[in-house]
Amino acid sequence: MKSFKGKTLRWEWRDSVVELTLDHAPANEIGTAMLAELETFVDAFDVLAPETSVCIIASGRNAVFSAGGDLRELYATAVAVASKDRPAGVRAFLERIHAVMNTIDAAPFVTIAAVHGACLGGGLELALACDMIIADKMARFAFPELRLGFIPGFGGIPRLKRDLGNAFVRDLLFTGRTVNATRAHAVGLVAQLAGEGEALRIARSTAAQITKYDAVTRATAKKFIKPIPHDELRREIELFCELFIRPTVMEALEKFVQSNDVMPYLP
Amino acid sequence: MRTLEQTTQEVLSLAAQHFQLAAGTLAPEDDFFKKLGIDSLQTLEMLSRIENHFGIELPDYEVQGVSDFKTLAERIQSRL
Repeated sequence: MKSFKGKTLRWEWRDSVVELTLDHAPANEIGTAMLAELETFVDAFDVLAPETSVCIIASGRNAVFSAGGDLRELYATAVAVASKDRPAGVRAFLERIHAVMNTIDAAPFVTIAAVHGACLGGGLELALACDMIIADKMARFAFPELRLGFIPGFGGIPRLKRDLGNAFVRDLLFTGRTVNATRAHAVGLVAQLAGEGEALRIARSTAAQITKYDAVTRATAKKFIKPIPHDELRREIELFCELFIRPTVMEALEKFVQSNDVMPYLP
Repeated sequence: MRTLEQTTQEVLSLAAQHFQLAAGTLAPEDDFFKKLGIDSLQTLEMLSRIENHFGIELPDYEVQGVSDFKTLAERIQSRL
């Protein structure tokens, strides 16, 4: 399937580059609807791979790459079932999203996240699954999960640890603060900085360069330099489910869902 | 080194530019959430605009609860 238009995202293949555009109001939240279409996307990799050198993941929405997991849906789903049944539902979602992230992480072509605006939680985890992040200088990155009483659950910590030093990982995790693109570039999270509104153009230009190299060599290099931290990813799912059964989580989610705060990602 | 007054004026000018308001529309004591009606994504944009302009990092928790330009400028000043 070389092109697709769903309810939350679309993709189009052209000249050995596939562009995936997240476009789900209001802020590209990753809930069951986007997860199902991300699964459709990674299922198409077998068809796309032989003719694809690069995949660019970008956002079609203003001021946001992705605000992360759909917390309103998570709360609504969890509150609708008995507390003892909540971990099973969460675990099923996490298993599916991990499968998607792992497939993107190991894609047999180069993956670039072209990020503008807010890239938070699950949005950052999606970007981290990619090989490179090209960021608009107005982009901001954060892991705000601890404010809700859990940890990033889409593979964030293992992938951040794989790529970056502990000082930055712990700062991001323990404060929940957002960091700007310049800082993210300085610590090695962002590969290239783009001017305002230029991230996608620069990602395309970078993709055009990458397509010049031999596919087998490129895939071998990727496997060599980007091992997937499978054990830590499994452990993350277990820890998330352990934390999720605590009453603190439902209280925090309820507060978040009802909040009109302009900084809802901070406690 | 900028004075607090210079920093305040630069913040007002940045905000006016970002939200496409005429110069002089905003005052140091204005509550920017009420005056500009900004949402969470716009707050993050404004934070980036400020950090990029002043070449600083301003952690969100340091500006949490701040709603007027004068106090915001004081927080920025402490990072210059």
